[in-house]
Amino acid sequence: MKVLILGAGQVGCSVAEVLANEDNDVTIVDTDATVLRELREKLDVRTEVGQASYPRVLERAGIEDVDMLIAVTNSDEVNMVACQVAFTLYRTPTKIARIRSSHYLQHPRLFLQEALPIDVLISPEQLVTDHVFRLVSHPGALQVLNFAEGKVQLVGVKALSGGALIGHKLLDMYEHMPGIKASVAAIFRKGRPLKIKPDTVVEVDDEVFFVASPKHIRAIISEMRRLDKPYKRIIIAGGGNIGNRLARLLEDARYQVKIIENNPKRAAKLAERLEKTIVLEGDASDEALLIEENIENTDVYIAVTNDDEANILSSMLAKRLGARRVMSLINRMSYADLVERNIDLAISPQQITIGALLTHIRRGDIVAVHSLRRGAAEAIEVVAHGDKKTSRVVGRRISEVKLPPSTIIGALVREDQVMMLDDDPQIEANDHLIMFLTDKRYIPAVEKLFQVGVHFF
Amino acid sequence: MKFSVIQRILGLLLMVFSLTMLPPIGIGWMMGDPDLTPFWEGFALIFISGVVMWFPVHRVRGDLRLREGFLIVVLFWVVLGISGAVPFVLTDNFDISFTDAVFESISGLTTTGATVIVGLDTLPRSLAFYRQELQWLGGMGIIVLAVAILPILGVGGMQLYRAETPGPMKDSKLTPRITETAKLLWYIYMALTILCALAFWLAGMNWFDAIGHSFSTVAIGGFSTHDSSMAFFNNPMIEAVAIVFMLLAGVNFSLHFIAWRGRSLRGYWQDSEFRMYILVIFILSVVTISYLGGQRTAELSWVEVVRHSLFQVVSISTTTGFTTTHYSNWPGFLPVLLLFASFVGGCAGSTAGGMKVIRFLLLLRQGMREVTRLMHPSARITIKINRQPLPENVVEAVWGFFSVYIAVFVVFMLVLLALGHDQVTAFSAVAATLNNLGPGLGEVASNFKSMDDFSKWWLCLAMLMGRLELFTMLVILTPAFWRR
Repeated sequence: MKVLILGAGQVGCSVAEVLANEDNDVTIVDTDATVLRELREKLDVRTEVGQASYPRVLERAGIEDVDMLIAVTNSDEVNMVACQVAFTLYRTPTKIARIRSSHYLQHPRLFLQEALPIDVLISPEQLVTDHVFRLVSHPGALQVLNFAEGKVQLVGVKALSGGALIGHKLLDMYEHMPGIKASVAAIFRKGRPLKIKPDTVVEVDDEVFFVASPKHIRAIISEMRRLDKPYKRIIIAGGGNIGNRLARLLEDARYQVKIIENNPKRAAKLAERLEKTIVLEGDASDEALLIEENIENTDVYIAVTNDDEANILSSMLAKRLGARRVMSLINRMSYADLVERNIDLAISPQQITIGALLTHIRRGDIVAVHSLRRGAAEAIEVVAHGDKKTSRVVGRRISEVKLPPSTIIGALVREDQVMMLDDDPQIEANDHLIMFLTDKRYIPAVEKLFQVGVHFF
Repeated sequence: MKFSVIQRILGLLLMVFSLTMLPPIGIGWMMGDPDLTPFWEGFALIFISGVVMWFPVHRVRGDLRLREGFLIVVLFWVVLGISGAVPFVLTDNFDISFTDAVFESISGLTTTGATVIVGLDTLPRSLAFYRQELQWLGGMGIIVLAVAILPILGVGGMQLYRAETPGPMKDSKLTPRITETAKLLWYIYMALTILCALAFWLAGMNWFDAIGHSFSTVAIGGFSTHDSSMAFFNNPMIEAVAIVFMLLAGVNFSLHFIAWRGRSLRGYWQDSEFRMYILVIFILSVVTISYLGGQRTAELSWVEVVRHSLFQVVSISTTTGFTTTHYSNWPGFLPVLLLFASFVGGCAGSTAGGMKVIRFLLLLRQGMREVTRLMHPSARITIKINRQPLPENVVEAVWGFFSVYIAVFVVFMLVLLALGHDQVTAFSAVAATLNNLGPGLGEVASNFKSMDDFSKWWLCLAMLMGRLELFTMLVILTPAFWRR
């Protein structure tokens, strides 16, 4: 596939890396020649310097025969205009744009085909806000991802002593909780994926990923670790776009929210916009302020300023002062690995954005793509189509599907039911399969597996 | 430095290179050569040494960094230069020393075209073909070929590609992916070769000569299957075909690509380097024709003057090195003028040697800038190529390249003088090898046979330096390269 990426920011570069490593023809446009030179050293992509919305620049980058345009420059306006230009002048088939500002997003009519022809809108702030919100609503979870439109969720939990299942076989979980339908999709032990069998024993510090419907998730988390009480008191550091949206979402869900913002003007604005949230004007790394605001009784501390270092330091401070759980927005992947011990949850906006982008980039009937464990693995949701003759999966039992290496079927969802994989059910058309890939090289193979067509073998 | 990764890739490349022994076997079999064992043995020897290198480390994975890239390219050219000599050494048909065999093989691979073999016309056909084939492989670059056919090189391919391709701007790609770019370059190269072979054949060569000469023409090499080079045919049509294809092969291949994709020739003339290239050749032709014409003797007609001048000018200034006459005996400054023209060479991204037209264009424009600055001291002037401002570091790099080229040239020439060669020989031998030209003047006007062994090894180094544009070679000689 030929892909043109506008903007060599963090998201642009990460998407380029993923796509280039999967043998796509990638061209990146940016105004900064230095960034592009570094990128060329690292990746097998073509680069073009220039303003990304100018037809001449787009033409030089070969837009005429491009299959997909991904506009992720740091300007909403450039992204929108680039999509318009691509549509009007070059009839580019798929146009994806990142739009940050809620002023535009509030008006969906703007993005209809006859107005601004953008096929897919990506709003990172929105995605990050939703992501954090899901984490807050599932105490103890490392990662909560929606599949099948939220009918089932994939939850990652770190197994800790005190969980009922620790030291027991997976089989026992189903006995503990009759009636709960869930399936353990993957277990990472010391960073490596295990081969899952019903008699696999869960150990302390394993990262367990399971698929279940949202109402059962709490019960299952309790199998893995001593259950945290539902969260109540939350402090958000940083009143930017994400902080603002998150505060609104949380206050609507009846949490007690405090938000710390350094800039007096911005703080005043937040106070106007938010209803029940207490807006604190001050520095999030100010120890006195945190103590005064009862940090030791806070359930969750979430640092979402646009500064990685500030987020990390204030989260570590909050943790030491007694916050039960701290989360921090960290853009730089290497930082996230560094602070793993001190910060409970590192939230990577790129990983989240990339997941959303990849969903639209993947072929076949892939509905959702999420990166797990900071990109080390990928969970994808695929819909099986066709019948026994045209499809390589439909009409076969799970054990009969010929999977590419390092790929597992984590769960099978039929309508809103999670099917138990132990019974080796037969896959029917329109079933949603949630697959785990620990080696991204096999993604094209999975895509191929689900393509409907005439096969000779 | 990850030596096991280097070893693995080197082993793989050797295994691929061993395949080049097979076409001469086919040709030799068809032409009835009595003894093909040198090639069979060569094939086995090179293939097995490739396996021996590759197998112990075949599971090692790792990315190629900048430094490994340089080392692989240099090692590869050195190792290939030596293993390319295997068939020459193994043959019983004529006597050739190891030094001569390596010289011939490196001269072939670097598309220099300087030879130490006399009696080409009676050489077994398989060996004659093999010499031409070496030039053809070296022309576009063996690394570029490897990048095209070995996808495992991945991103690291870019590091290798950059270390081998000529020209000041090394990371321009025709397509997003490096393997695709390399493939494209080889397609264009192959298309040119096939067209050239057909044209030679139609102009009157037999098919063996047509293919052989198309290889060395498109590669801008200059090896011939005859001692008297192109003069053997004494056929204006063949010379015209050679002129056209030498000119085409000296053009940046991305221009060919743009012309092919856009189905239009406009791209050529819009390129400043191309215009300069044509201009240089035009001026040289005019000067040569008028000077030679003015000095002509009665038996040389004007037609002959024009014919020989054009051929020699194009052949020498593109650094091919075919000859139709003994231009070294031409009067006055002409032989030296043509040798100097070979310093300019062809365009960047072509198969030609020399310093490349674009570098001279940049030097020229910089010189002009200084002149303008004298008149307008506060003017801000950017150097542009094709209406695009050029990054200042490229401009600086050109100066660096130029001065190092001159310095290297002087060192090489001084050593030859110290070895007892006369001035003309020393000067022209270094120019002919460093610019990948081929024939020189004086003692080396038609071949390098009479030189001593040490000089030959010394010139082998010059050829490799010229082909890899100095820096790739020089960088691994610096202590900093080996420091951890």
